[in-house]
Amino acid sequence: MTNLFALIAAAGTYATALMFGTLGETLTEKSGNMNLGVEGIMYMGGIFGLIAANRYEALVGEAASNGFLAILIAIIGAFAAGAVAGLLFSFITVTLRANQNVTGLAMTTFGTGVAKFAGEHMRNALGGYVSVSNHLKASFSLKIMPSFLQKIPFVGKILFGQPHFFYLGILVAVLMHLFFTKTKKGLYLRAVGESPVTADAAGINITKYRYLATIIGGGISAIGGMVYTMTTAGCVWIEASLGGVGWLSVALVIFCTWKPLNAIWGSMLFGSLMIMYLWIILPFFPTELYKILPYVVTIVVLIIASMRNNKEKQPPANLGLNYFREER
Amino acid sequence: MQNCAIELKNIRKTFGPVVANDGINLQINRGEILCLLGENGSGKTTLMNMLSGIYQPDSGSIYANGEEVFIRSPHDAYKYGIGMIHQHYHLVDVFTAAQNIILGLDEKMDIAAVNDKVKDICDRYGFQVDPRKKVYDMSVSQKQTVEIVKVLYRGAEILILDEPTAVLTPQETDKLFAVLRNMRADGKAIVLITHKLAEVLSVSDKVAILRKGKYIATVNTKETSQQELTDMMVGHSVTLNIDRPKYDKPADKLIIEGLTVTDREGIKRLDNVSFTAKTGEILGVAGIAGSGQRELLESITGLYPITSGSIKFVNDKSENIELVGKTPMQIRQVGVGMGFVPEDRLGMGLVGSMGMTNNMMLRSWRKGKGVFFNKKEPENLANKVWKDLEVVTPSTEFPVRRMSGGNIQKVLVGREIASRPPVLLTAYAVRGLDINTSYAIYNLLTEQKMNGSAVMYVGEELDVLLELCDRILVLCAGQVSGIVDARKTTKEEIGLLMTTVGGSKEAN
Ligand SMILES: Nc1ncnc2c1ncn2[C@@H]1O[C@H](COP(=O)(O)OP(=O)(O)OP(=O)(O)O)[C@@H](O)[C@H]1O
Ligand SMILES: [Mg+2]
Repeated sequence: MTNLFALIAAAGTYATALMFGTLGETLTEKSGNMNLGVEGIMYMGGIFGLIAANRYEALVGEAASNGFLAILIAIIGAFAAGAVAGLLFSFITVTLRANQNVTGLAMTTFGTGVAKFAGEHMRNALGGYVSVSNHLKASFSLKIMPSFLQKIPFVGKILFGQPHFFYLGILVAVLMHLFFTKTKKGLYLRAVGESPVTADAAGINITKYRYLATIIGGGISAIGGMVYTMTTAGCVWIEASLGGVGWLSVALVIFCTWKPLNAIWGSMLFGSLMIMYLWIILPFFPTELYKILPYVVTIVVLIIASMRNNKEKQPPANLGLNYFREER
Repeated sequence: MQNCAIELKNIRKTFGPVVANDGINLQINRGEILCLLGENGSGKTTLMNMLSGIYQPDSGSIYANGEEVFIRSPHDAYKYGIGMIHQHYHLVDVFTAAQNIILGLDEKMDIAAVNDKVKDICDRYGFQVDPRKKVYDMSVSQKQTVEIVKVLYRGAEILILDEPTAVLTPQETDKLFAVLRNMRADGKAIVLITHKLAEVLSVSDKVAILRKGKYIATVNTKETSQQELTDMMVGHSVTLNIDRPKYDKPADKLIIEGLTVTDREGIKRLDNVSFTAKTGEILGVAGIAGSGQRELLESITGLYPITSGSIKFVNDKSENIELVGKTPMQIRQVGVGMGFVPEDRLGMGLVGSMGMTNNMMLRSWRKGKGVFFNKKEPENLANKVWKDLEVVTPSTEFPVRRMSGGNIQKVLVGREIASRPPVLLTAYAVRGLDINTSYAIYNLLTEQKMNGSAVMYVGEELDVLLELCDRILVLCAGQVSGIVDARKTTKEEIGLLMTTVGGSKEAN
């Protein structure tokens, strides 16, 4: 039992990366845009976040570098990279009306390619590897909650023993939930994703909403990539290690039935499933099989949701479809 | 002129090679109900879409209150007080009525105030809406009401309704018309598109007629007749009658005994239904909407779970084959064809982006042997439907989605009839079809019957049932309240049976 709580607590770091990836894609998909380029976007966030922090430190010097500023700059760097990717995706699908699935897959290839190129380029330029100083590394993984809270039996570590990004993720999830359910703009955004004809007839600017949601969504997803490199991967660029996080986020969006609040516990669950092989070792059970568990769970959820035919748990009705007023 | 709200002058609109509207002049007045009449594909929806900002005319001008206006988007349309209720509703399913109503408005999201205002509008014109109800929980007519309230909430002075009655029961239609009359009294201008001439004559003040995209004339309803309107619509004099030949050797084809079904909530939808459908006969099914017509057809085709009872199909060798327990596909192979016309035409059995030929193939591909499909047969079928039902389309390859509402339906029904099943089930086959085509369908059904098919026809209009069918089965609350000889019965008798549970089983 203790083992289980320890497992969940340890999954928090990995879960945070997933949480951002999922929240960003949720925002995008609510507008009806299905950006399958999350994998590429998170790769870009991973490298550009790291480069931003690294450049900041090189600029001001190791001694003068401030942990809080470094985090802020890493967030901005990653967000900007993801936003550019989102902008590109919107331009190709909304303005040029290209097929969203094809464009998304191309974005994945493009994003991973750009990230790998940038990583390699920096490695050569810096001679060795890209990283930040130890004291900045510590700031990125800082556990900010008071230690007496962490000592609460069982759940203390899970709830309060996480790095700050985790709580930032929860904040984003809560804000997004409020945005969707309580604000007019959120209602309009959902209308655009559910039924663009209706939204258009009501005078809502479909193009504007789709662009903005996809750009901001891309930015948020990219922060997830940055969180991964700066925490789980220990602030060094290891190309292969980010692989699959984006796809897992896409699956998690479905698992959470497009509800931001579900992303909080959903990412913890997926995170735990992903690192389970380190904690629960069954003989003759290859570790790779553990890693497909999140996908298995997603499929099960999909089946249950469609069997129940619950209208509230369905994807936005126009997900993946472009809108053109005169087409019918 | 003070009274004139909207005037259209010399409007033309084309879609590639298709000329949808040409030389249209139209005047829409306040305090008047104007009916727009025309055959399927004559350009009614297209014309109204130009008023609601969905399309822009290629040439011609639109005047609102005497001034020329350009309506570039639906938002613009609202600015000029124009609101349209489309053939396919524009509502977000997962939102409540209130959320749908305030969509896109510049006011604060204050649900309580919205609810009040909605209630106000409802009281004024006499309908009911629960602002908190989600759209997916609503019936078709409730959805339509939300659409109307939405348009009124935005302060529309000119209301356009595209075939609002096609999916309503006669009772719901009466309610809608009462509302429309209240709006007219309130000084609003109303444009109504419908194919039902009886409705046109009962509710409108003026009728404007389009034919093949061209404007023909506007006449005063009081000074016209059903025959004159039909002639103007078609362009030449037509005789509308159905002959009802008698088939000489009728034999039992479908024997249904004690059929009982219950829905998910455990309510009995069909209760101990027994009857026989014979070859060479059209068996009409009458009843107030929701009396079990849909469940009956779905049970026969294997789409509805059956609690008890039996459905036997008599094949050519006079063997009885039990259909209960078979899958829909097996039932189809036995020879039961269904021409069911759903509310969402594209949702059922047609692929919108494909043309007629390929859609015909969807129905028949199982028959072919080998890897490659045979395109000859579906092509012939498509051409037959195109010709027989006068489908308005540039070619059999033209995507069905782009065709007009009624023409999509012709493809759907035509395909079913043309595949000549031994048992042909049809429900609401003429929904949304113009009067000329409706009669073409009636004649096709009669042709099938004379070929020895057993035809079942679920319909709403009693006059048609009386003229078309050989026998009429009347359902009331899921029970058979009577089976009568259509040649001998009266509208009154059927009307009475429709409201008497159980009825008196004398005929048959
Ligand atoms: N977006 C479009 N693209 C191509 N063709 C179109 C489009 N919209 C309409 N048309 C064509 O314009 C013609 C008129 O269509 P419209 O929908 O206005 O007819 P309608 O009078 O409303 O018919 P119905 O009674 O069947 O609804 C049809 O031939 C249709 O195929
Ligand atoms: Mg139409």
